[in-house]
Amino acid sequence: METQTAQPKIVAAPPGVEGPGYFATSFDRAIGMAKQYSIWPLPFATSCCGIEFMATMASNYDLARFGAERLSFSPRQADLLMVMGTIAKKMGPVLKQVYEQMAEPRWVIAVGACASSGGIFDTYSVLQGIDQIIPVDVYVPGCPPRPEQIIDGFMRIQDLVHNESIRRRNSPEYKALLESYGIK
Amino acid sequence: MSDTVDYSKVVSRIGEKFGERVHSPEQPYGMLTLRTDRDTIIPLLQFLRDDEEMQFIFLTDICGVHYPDRAEKFEVVYHIHSLIHNLRVRLKVGLSGEPKIPTAVHVFKGANWMERETYDFYGIVFEGHPNLKRILNVDEMTIFPMRKEYPLEDNTRSDKNDAMFGRGMLPGQNN
Ligand code: SF4
Repeated sequence: METQTAQPKIVAAPPGVEGPGYFATSFDRAIGMAKQYSIWPLPFATSCCGIEFMATMASNYDLARFGAERLSFSPRQADLLMVMGTIAKKMGPVLKQVYEQMAEPRWVIAVGACASSGGIFDTYSVLQGIDQIIPVDVYVPGCPPRPEQIIDGFMRIQDLVHNESIRRRNSPEYKALLESYGIK
Repeated sequence: MSDTVDYSKVVSRIGEKFGERVHSPEQPYGMLTLRTDRDTIIPLLQFLRDDEEMQFIFLTDICGVHYPDRAEKFEVVYHIHSLIHNLRVRLKVGLSGEPKIPTAVHVFKGANWMERETYDFYGIVFEGHPNLKRILNVDEMTIFPMRKEYPLEDNTRSDKNDAMFGRGMLPGQNN
């Protein structure tokens, strides 16, 4: 009797030129494809949205399927800052410092209404969106967003990692953006 | 310790010692509440703590209240607890004029952070406090946010529809 085993899914090759015995594509594409599945996220979980991230990370939703099972709790070795939860104004400088400690290339995802806009906490003590202090690549709406939504946001980050130039940090726009936040 | 200590006993003991300076006993929701003034509060706390029978040895909380329409605009409220009799007492001090009151840190060490918090939110100055600075809010804050004259909302917000936050009106709504 023949047993059936599940075939591992293999990521499709990036667009390129193929011929007998060779395949040519651009450097950016090949590296982007590899990086896309080896993101090391740094979870910055401050409140209820963080709980939702725990579910995202655990076996039910399994962030590892996207190549991101290795959470980095040191900003030095992280590629993606995941901000999940209410950021009080007092926490603002801490968050900014964590971002500054990350090496390029780095991405940021704001998970939930609080991280994106202050959410229901329209009050004197809460930062009205983390984009007031650091640049954000992807916003995930919801209070809290379901794990599926967080994964969707994560996949949008993967798209960015895949498609953007590996020299993005050298572009004048990027430098101007960081300058506007006072980040060197 | 022959007979049990209850609220009537506490009131009469305080009455013997402080007379008219501690007044208006009430029991809202079953908790004894007394009013006094800024000169009496520290000796009163000390007395209740050191009294061998009553032993109010635990300071549960200190907090502030702002009543912009009263003559005594600010109030400081002390909650103390006698663990051995499981009795709680609330002491209120109304402050007219400058919001100033002597510190209680020399009676209860735990008063330190509670007074800093009360200062942080109401700007009530605890005279003699060893380190009276903000504790919860950012150091750069220039206001005392729980005072009624300051808005609760963050005034840097730019993208929110007031009506969704219970301010202003929804279209077609008229009150
Ligand atoms: S967006 Fe909602 S669930 Fe998420 S941290 Fe804010 S209040 Fe909590």
